[in-house]
Amino acid sequence: MEWVNAVVQGTLLGGLYALFAAGLSLIFGVMRLVNIAHGDLIVLAAYLALSTAAGLGLHPLAALTVVVPAMAAAGYALQRGLINRTMGGDILPPLLVTFGLSVIIQNGLLMGYTADPQKLQAGTLETASLSALGLTVGVLPLLTFALAVAVIGALQWMFYRTALGRAFRATSDRQDVAQLMGLNRAHVFGLAMALSLAVTALAGVLLGIRTAFDPAGGGARLIFGFEAVIIGGLGNLWGTLAGGVILGVAQAVGGQIHPGFQILAGHLVFLAVLAVRPRGLFPKMEG
Amino acid sequence: MDVTRASRLTRAAAVAGLVLLVALAAAPWWAGRADMRLLGEIFLYMALATLWNLLAGYAGLVSVGQQAYVGLGGYLLFALTMLAGLPVLAALPVVLIAGAVVAVPVAALIFRLRGAYFAIGTWVIAEVFRLTAAQLSALGGGSGASLPPAVVRTLAEGRDLREAMAYWLAFGLLVLVLAAAVAILRSRHGLALTAIRDNELAARSLGIDIWRTKLFVYVAVGGLTALAGALIFLQKLRISPDAAFAVNDWTAFVIFIVVIGGIGTLEGPIIGTLVFFALRETMADLGTIYLIALGAVAIVVMLRAPDGLWGLIRARTGAELFPLSRRVTGIPPRP
Repeated sequence: MEWVNAVVQGTLLGGLYALFAAGLSLIFGVMRLVNIAHGDLIVLAAYLALSTAAGLGLHPLAALTVVVPAMAAAGYALQRGLINRTMGGDILPPLLVTFGLSVIIQNGLLMGYTADPQKLQAGTLETASLSALGLTVGVLPLLTFALAVAVIGALQWMFYRTALGRAFRATSDRQDVAQLMGLNRAHVFGLAMALSLAVTALAGVLLGIRTAFDPAGGGARLIFGFEAVIIGGLGNLWGTLAGGVILGVAQAVGGQIHPGFQILAGHLVFLAVLAVRPRGLFPKMEG
Repeated sequence: MDVTRASRLTRAAAVAGLVLLVALAAAPWWAGRADMRLLGEIFLYMALATLWNLLAGYAGLVSVGQQAYVGLGGYLLFALTMLAGLPVLAALPVVLIAGAVVAVPVAALIFRLRGAYFAIGTWVIAEVFRLTAAQLSALGGGSGASLPPAVVRTLAEGRDLREAMAYWLAFGLLVLVLAAAVAILRSRHGLALTAIRDNELAARSLGIDIWRTKLFVYVAVGGLTALAGALIFLQKLRISPDAAFAVNDWTAFVIFIVVIGGIGTLEGPIIGTLVFFALRETMADLGTIYLIALGAVAIVVMLRAPDGLWGLIRARTGAELFPLSRRVTGIPPRP
């Protein structure tokens, strides 16, 4: 029963990892950009929610109404003001610029909020749980998982059913031809980053309710999201959800074997997938 | 007519370098204890920066996980001396070889990731190493271990001589790394690397085996970085997983040094290290603001002057201190 429980908890945790990964997957799909600062932006969103909730006396989930638009706007500005200038054939400039950004965000948070761990206070939501079939499941992990499925479903719908999605896919296929067809590449990239950071904002708030966070925690979140993307296969959003679940289950089962083995087990499963299926389990796109 | 790599400037630089080499080797006789420690730290960072530059600037392997090898080297030194009872000087060559040996299977795995995803893959490897080190109860687990005085004494008797030894080792590593970099870049591998740096597709179409060339560089850099890690923690005398595998200390600073100095040149990391330490010695009290400023400067350099400080100097003067690129001399004047 312990093991079944570990698998169930791990699956639900995978929903959070899928949310970390969705934003990463989105911008990689549209503009082949890997944002090293992604994890730090997740943590930044959690801090933004902390200040919003404290300042306006809101529940952290209600603070989403402020944090999501704010992060999306910041994403658009960041992309058009900074990252678009680095987009070319060479992978080095975007990588190093987002790396610099990561260090700036981390130390900015350290200055503003100190290194003390913080947590978003969500009242009864933190401890509420449901019991069935001898298993007890927290409402928050369940809600996180449901939101992850909803976000991925919405992104999937957006990609294949809307004009914006068509613009994203066209730019992804051939930037210059898309430009010739009247799409403004710089604007499309800005929108992709805005959407990515909107998802990131949701992920950050859910993370902050679930566990304590501190300014140095961005790297681990980037890595978990990245592992979910690679396990699932590049360019496949439902694959990313599956990748998140596999990673979450690996960590939960690893933690069940030995507490010090939790995170390590996730990394080892990732490396095993990389060794056996280097393109991920459900690939749709060439790296 | 003659094709040569040397120029008047490289010959002058070689003479100046030789003078500097002798002066720095003699530092224990003229420098104070604190100056020697600082110089040792500068040499080790210069070595790390030169090594990272070989990976990212020449082989196109942008790693944000070189702390894996720094930490591995540190932990190997502690394990070999404390658990296997080797004297420090005997442990160092073992660290060099072990670092290179470990790099082979790691490369086989992460070379499957392309471009930017390769970068994050290297970070995962470093995390795996860190979490594994935290499980090593013989070396203190998560809280780490100190090098026992008995082990330190195998380096040399007496504090002065010991500190001089640590200094010479750091200096020796830098000389070894620079010599290795020049040797690699002047060899067939170096020509292949420079071609890959300039245009990977064109390089491949000329018959260069890109995978093998990159593997060679990654493995050589892995071994030398592990050796640098061993020397870093020989200076610190204390190791812990978080310090040994710190992404900020061993990768972020190194990347900033290379970007600011000039990526893809041998002179860049040297200049970058000097700038980095000059800033650190004057601004270290500012703490986090210093790091923010460093990140901002790196971003501006990447956007405005992607070839860094040395790139600016070279564009003005055409100067090159190391004899690497070939030039034609002695073309007879037109009659």
